Amino acid sequence: MADIKRLRLLRMSRLERNENLAAYLFLSPWIIGLVVFLLIPLGMSLYAAFTRWTIINPPPVWTGLDNLNYMFTKDRYFGFSLGITFKYMIMSLPLSIVLGVLLALLLNQKTRGMNFFRTVFYIPAVVTGVGVSILWLSLLDPQLGAINTILRSLGVARPPNWLNSPTWAVPSLVLMSVWGVGGSAIIYLAGLQNIPEHLYEAAEIDGANSWNKFWQITLPLLSPTLFFMLITGLIGGFQVFQQAYILGGGTKFWAAKYMRFYVLHLYIMAFQEGKMGYGAALAWVLVIIAAVAVILAFTFFERRVYYEEGGTKEG
Amino acid sequence: MLQIERIRKSVTFQRRLQALILYTLLVGLGIIFLMPLSWMLTAALRGDGEVVYTIPVSWFPTRSFHFENFWRVLTNPAYPLWRPAANTLFLVALNTIGAVISNALVAFAFARLRFVGREFLFKVVILTMLMPGIVLLIPSFILFNTLGWYGTYLPLWVPSFFAAPFFIFIIRQYMRSFPRELDDAARMDGCNFFQIFWYIILPLSKPVLVVVAIFTFQGVWNDFTGPLIYLNDAKKFTLQIALDFFRRSVFSGSSQSTTHLVMAAALMSVIPLLITYFFVQKELIGGIASVGIKG
Repeated sequence: MADIKRLRLLRMSRLERNENLAAYLFLSPWIIGLVVFLLIPLGMSLYAAFTRWTIINPPPVWTGLDNLNYMFTKDRYFGFSLGITFKYMIMSLPLSIVLGVLLALLLNQKTRGMNFFRTVFYIPAVVTGVGVSILWLSLLDPQLGAINTILRSLGVARPPNWLNSPTWAVPSLVLMSVWGVGGSAIIYLAGLQNIPEHLYEAAEIDGANSWNKFWQITLPLLSPTLFFMLITGLIGGFQVFQQAYILGGGTKFWAAKYMRFYVLHLYIMAFQEGKMGYGAALAWVLVIIAAVAVILAFTFFERRVYYEEGGTKEG
Repeated sequence: MLQIERIRKSVTFQRRLQALILYTLLVGLGIIFLMPLSWMLTAALRGDGEVVYTIPVSWFPTRSFHFENFWRVLTNPAYPLWRPAANTLFLVALNTIGAVISNALVAFAFARLRFVGREFLFKVVILTMLMPGIVLLIPSFILFNTLGWYGTYLPLWVPSFFAAPFFIFIIRQYMRSFPRELDDAARMDGCNFFQIFWYIILPLSKPVLVVVAIFTFQGVWNDFTGPLIYLNDAKKFTLQIALDFFRRSVFSGSSQSTTHLVMAAALMSVIPLLITYFFVQKELIGGIASVGIKG
């Protein structure tokens, strides 16, 4: 087999060689970008993780495993920030999946005006960024904010302190992310609409009720989408930064301690305390943890994903 | 009444009841979902000295309609926001040009050309899509710092000219759907590959390139981390950074009297996102959904 391949390579027609050359010319931006903006920084980061490298006095000094040692023994925010990040993901991921599917089911009804409602729920997912974080900063103000004012009017005597409270800081971020559930609902909606009608009709003829139809048809056929959203949710959850920065303050002095997500901690270590080498080490630890999480997700859930035989969705 | 008439009436009643419940649920939830934005608008339209945090909460602008707040926020002498807005638009333009050109070129090769290593390299593209960007944060900074690009806009737009895996992916999917006969016919007419790209495939790919442009716009408009670590001159700040700066410097000492201005600024920063969404909603949702399904 290899001989035939080699033979083809040597005996390439001028046309084929032309096409090869042209192709690589077309690809050159990506290839250059890959090397310069990905591989080289990746290599530098791997090296930096084992050094003491401050912005103020380069060059880096090789310190071996010192960074790791510091991470696990002296950095009091390492485990803490990891815990905050995990707490956020455990709360927000299942919630967003369940609520997203429910909302999608709601929006999938064949009544008039559905397009309008879909837009309504999608809007909060479109408006992202610092502006929205600032909005929630105001909404969640413990004394003045609208959320607590409503809670007080409903009879809650001492509504939570939200961003400054150890128990309610992360939930406030979860609340923000649930507000944007319309974004994932639209994706589930597309998945729902890809389920062929005749399956439901056949089930009805066989006497299935709504409960059966959901568990035996809807859920299995939606499982690829669910799995995709789970994985992307995992990868995204580890990288929460902007909301944590704005809602938690930005510097180590007035950062709400309970908003110290892992990436925020990384940023503070690297860019505010200048410990670039340590920051690189933190980044690699994050990648490893995220990879483990994704692998775990695959091992547990991949076999539950129901792929239609002869599926039309080819990559 | 005949039995069948009774059954038909009860089924219709049931259906009408279901529709009623559905609509009530949707309207109720919809109102709840839109309330934060509505509060934002109300607060943004307050005048100076007016109470923003009213009890009970005012969700809708009823008394105050100070639209001039938007203008004031853009032109106030302390920190006018028109400059960060312009800076951001500048970056949006550069990034969009870079993204459309570079990704179209690369996707064309993967979609329409036959070459050695095509499948392997495409797998590399997909692999890089899964990479968490955090690992690159610090070394990219070191790289750009070494190049002397710290404090400039260069790190925030030059990389866009070198293609991005997600865009390569979706453009390639789109370009693959065209019949091969087009390319073959063009070749027979003497076109070289670039001409095939430029005169045939590129014009046909406009819809997916629009999606790329929209995504790029959103990404650049919302980019917070990039400007945060590369920019230090307040005059060069982009809108996202400027908003936070504005809030902290104008808002200092928790003086409620500036909340309305901060809300006006925040609202203005999200309006362009809403506008672009409304213009392209059909294509965007379709595009996101199809990528989502293919996983």
